[in-house]
This record gives sequence, structure tokens and C-alpha cells, in this order.
Amino acid sequence: MSSDRIVFEDVSKFYGEVLGVNRVSLSIPPGVTTLVGPNGSGKTTLMNLMTGLVQPSSGRVSVLGLDPGDAAQFFREVGYCTQFDSFPRGLTGWEFLMDSLLLHGVTELDAYKLAQEAIQRVRLGDAAGRRIAGYSKGMRQKIRLAQAIAHHPRVLVLDEPLNGLDPMARAQSLALFEELSRQGMHLVISSHILDEVDRISDRVVLITGGYLVAEGNIHQVRQEVRDKPMQVLIRCDRPEQLAARMFALNHCVEARLHSDAKGVFLRTTDLDEFYRLLNAVAVEGLVQIESVAPADDDTNAIYQYLIGSDGSAS
Amino acid sequence: MSSKKSVGFLASILEQPWGLWTLQARRLARIEVRRNMLSWKATWIYFLAFIPTCIIFIHLLVDRHTTTALTEDTNVLAGIMQFYYIRLGVFFGCLGIFSRLIRGEMVERSLHFYLLAPVRREVLLLAKFIAGSISAIALFAAAVLADFVLMYVGFGPAGQEYIFHGPGLGQLEAYLGIMVLACLGYGAVFLLLSMMFKNPMPAAMLVMGWEAINPVMPSLLQKISVASYLRHLMPITIPGDGIFALLTVQTEPVSAGVAVLGLLLLVGVVLAYSCVRIRRLEIRYTTE
Repeated sequence: MSSDRIVFEDVSKFYGEVLGVNRVSLSIPPGVTTLVGPNGSGKTTLMNLMTGLVQPSSGRVSVLGLDPGDAAQFFREVGYCTQFDSFPRGLTGWEFLMDSLLLHGVTELDAYKLAQEAIQRVRLGDAAGRRIAGYSKGMRQKIRLAQAIAHHPRVLVLDEPLNGLDPMARAQSLALFEELSRQGMHLVISSHILDEVDRISDRVVLITGGYLVAEGNIHQVRQEVRDKPMQVLIRCDRPEQLAARMFALNHCVEARLHSDAKGVFLRTTDLDEFYRLLNAVAVEGLVQIESVAPADDDTNAIYQYLIGSDGSAS
Repeated sequence: MSSKKSVGFLASILEQPWGLWTLQARRLARIEVRRNMLSWKATWIYFLAFIPTCIIFIHLLVDRHTTTALTEDTNVLAGIMQFYYIRLGVFFGCLGIFSRLIRGEMVERSLHFYLLAPVRREVLLLAKFIAGSISAIALFAAAVLADFVLMYVGFGPAGQEYIFHGPGLGQLEAYLGIMVLACLGYGAVFLLLSMMFKNPMPAAMLVMGWEAINPVMPSLLQKISVASYLRHLMPITIPGDGIFALLTVQTEPVSAGVAVLGLLLLVGVVLAYSCVRIRRLEIRYTTE
């Protein structure tokens, strides 16, 4: 089972007396997993532990059953795009990729093909032939990503991969991540751009102050946050009447009209009962309902509820 | 039982992917040599290596080369080897080259790219050591060769006679051997120091001080010194006078073979400990 999972077993990491992460236990299946937390929460420490750049003070980490200490086997299966914005001196993007691939022991011809493929995937184009020192931040981000995916790893760890990218490049990167995920890869992503990452995430891991706050499927995690009633947006022709009807229920605790007056946000503590009544209202024909959608079971909302804007877990 | 264990141990060593490790080490060394030799930051190491060459070249142009001066120039060359290259030139050159291999990459925040490659960390360390050694040996051996040629070329036929039919070639061979061993010895020491200390310079100064006071140390402690081994290999020994006396190592006499083996053993021990250190190395650039 653990041979297709990323497993943290009661892992702690201390930097001297400073806490990195404390007693984290995780089992991450294939798909896109987003690490969410404020600055200094321990996201990068988790990623560095996952890839052996730092060693746990206690506990054990394994990725697809492999030990990060066994670099020779481990990094054939794992690619890590770090957030360190620095490169070996004096190299072009192409040389950087070739040097990296040749260390895998492949032939020069195979390295050439893999480098070319990676450059095409990140859409770096002719810039690959230029020195990295002259790259924009977005181009540096792309060449790091190319280096991480070039050897076709099964696990891709991406620390803030959307930083410095323009909207077009962000969309392209997200599409690439989706494609890689569909191919059965593990993608572990940390990002501050939650709205965009949220679209492709299968799971979230919320962390703050080195402690794991919640983890799992986004919708499941949202439902476990019981002290924050679920918010649902209902688009309909008579939002005021619907709000009045639904608000009569005990479990409906808040109603707010949409700014375009063609919908209403309702908060409920009992989602099942809420939907049962909504069906009844729709059948009665009191209002014409266009759409019903959860309004706060995304990563951003979960982050706000569980961690808060000040970064302290609530 | 123990012979079975020994056979099993040997078999497990032979089963290791030596071919892959050699290939990876070769490729890593190529990358490193390219960066060591063709970098603007290496300019001062070229300067360290070739400054005696420049001085000898000026001496060639300016001074008269009578036959009687040949012995004097031979002693001067031996002095340059003994007092400049071994104690200063190679010392600081290797400090620059070898401390950059790991610590320099940490300062530039690029070491993680190597640690994220499917390369055993021991292979990485040894490949970097080999690359540093190639760079240092190429530079200093070329400098010594140039010094030697320029020192004797002005003597014309007498110089040729001294080189090809006298002790000249033997001395050159010894100087080149000393350069190789000095680069390996100081290289291994500075590679280790750069992993132990964020700023290896104070530790290097301590090593320099240790090398200076080594002659007054007990026999056992004298063996933990690079210069003391090299001293036994010098074809011509120049006694130190005044301030140079402080820089002259007066160790117990040992044969050249023992000196070479002793130094290589020292290099091996230092590298083995460096391999242990690199396995535990963590990337924490924020503390650099």
C-alpha cells in the first residue's frame, strides 16, 4: 500500500530549538495534493523532508516505499522544483538541463531528447539557449520546473511553482500539472495562489506553526469544520423569497443577497436537511432555481476558517 | 564462518553499480573542472600559481646567466618550491578551490541541485574532490613546469646539460610529484573544513599555524601534517634562516615511499570522514 504513497510517520523536525514541523503523520495517495499554510508554517520543511534535503529529528519519511537517503534510487522517481531562485553559475538553460540529466547516467542522446521534451513542455522555447543569469523570474521558474520533470519522475514536488509567472504562464503550468496528475503522478504543491491551485487539487494539507491542522479531500475537510456553517450560493429569480423561506429553518443561520440580486448566499449547519427542503421549494414552483453550488468548500475558505488571515490556527 | 562473511562482503562490494558511479563521477568532475578553471573568480588562484613564473621571467630577461649562477638559481627554485608553493601558493590556492566546492555552492544556494540528483552523496563528494584536484594540479604543475623551464633556459647549453644529463629532470619530477601530493593533501583538508565551518578561513589559518609549529610537536603529531610529508620529498633542502626558520619543517627523517604513503593515508582518512559528514549534510541556506 505504502509503495504508491508518500508517507510521513510521526515526523518531527527541529532546527536547533526552532520547530520546523511537529509529529506529522500523513499518507498521500497519487493525484494533486496542495500544502496550504502561512509563511513559516512548515510547508517547505515538509517538502525538504520528503526529498531528503533535511533529515527528520524523529519519525520516518518514505516516498513510494523509497528512503530519501537512498539518493541513487530515490531521485529517479522524484523531481523537486524548489523555491530557491539560484542556479549553478554561468550555465545556459540548456546546459543546466543537460548537466542534470547526464547525472542520471543516461546517454548524451537520451539526455538531449529528454531536455528537448522538457523545454517544450514548459514552453521555454529559444530562451533555453541563453544564460540563466539573463532570465526573468518567470523563465527561471520554468527552467527549474523543466529540470524537475525532465527525467519523467513519478513524484513531483513543487514549492511555490506559480511564483513569478504571468497569468498565461500560470494557466499553462496548471494545465501541465493537471496533465501529469491524469497520468497517475503524485504532485505535491505549495502555493499562495490558492484560487488557481484549488481548481486542480484533489487533496489539501493544512499546516500552521509546524502543526498539521487538517488533511484530506477538500470537501471532506470542509464538512469537518463543523463550527463554520456551510455556505451555498443559489442562483434564482426570487432570491428574497427563497431566503425568507429557508431562513425559517433552525439550521439556516445566515442569508445574504448576491450583489447582482439574482442569487442568495445561505449558511446552514445541516446540509442534508437544507438540500431536502430546497428540493421541496423547487417542486412547489415558488422560485425558479438556476443553479446551486457550495460557496465555501474551496481551499481558500478552508484556509480562512482553519488558519485565519493572521496565520494562527483557530 | 568468518571467511564466508568476508566472501559475502566482497561479493556485495562487487555487486555495487561501480560503472554508474564512475560515469556519474566523471560527469560531475567535468562540470566542476569547467567551472573551476573558466571562472573569473579563479583569477586570483592563477595569480597565486604564476606569480613566481612572472618573477623568474623578469629574472631571465634582466639578469646575466653565468655558469656559476646555475647552482644559485637551482637553490632559488628549491626555495620557491619549499617556502612559496608548499607553504603559501598551493595552500591558499587549494583553500580557494576546495572550499568553494561545497561551501561555495551553499553560499550561492545551488548545492541542492546536486543533492537532488540520483547520485550517492559519497560519489558527489569524491567527484568534487577529483575535480578540485585536477584543477589545482593542472594550475600548479603548469606553473612549476614554467618556472623550471624559465629558470634554466637562460643558461643555454649548460642549462640543457644540467636538465638532460644532470639532476635537473629528477628534480622536476620530484617538484611535480610534490605539487600533486600538496594539492591532494591540502585539498582534502580544506574540503573537510569547508563542510565543518561556514567560514573556513579561520580554520585554515589554524592549519597554517599547525603546519608552522609542527616540527616542535612529538613524532606522532608530526604525522598529522601535509607539509611534513612533503619536506621529505624535496630533492634539495634549503635550510630556513630568520623568519623562514619558522616556516621550515624539521621532521624526523623518513623514506620517500613512507612519506608518500603517509600523506595518501592522511588524505584517505580525511576524505572518509568527509563522506560521513556529507551524508548528514542538510540544505539550510537561510543559515548561510
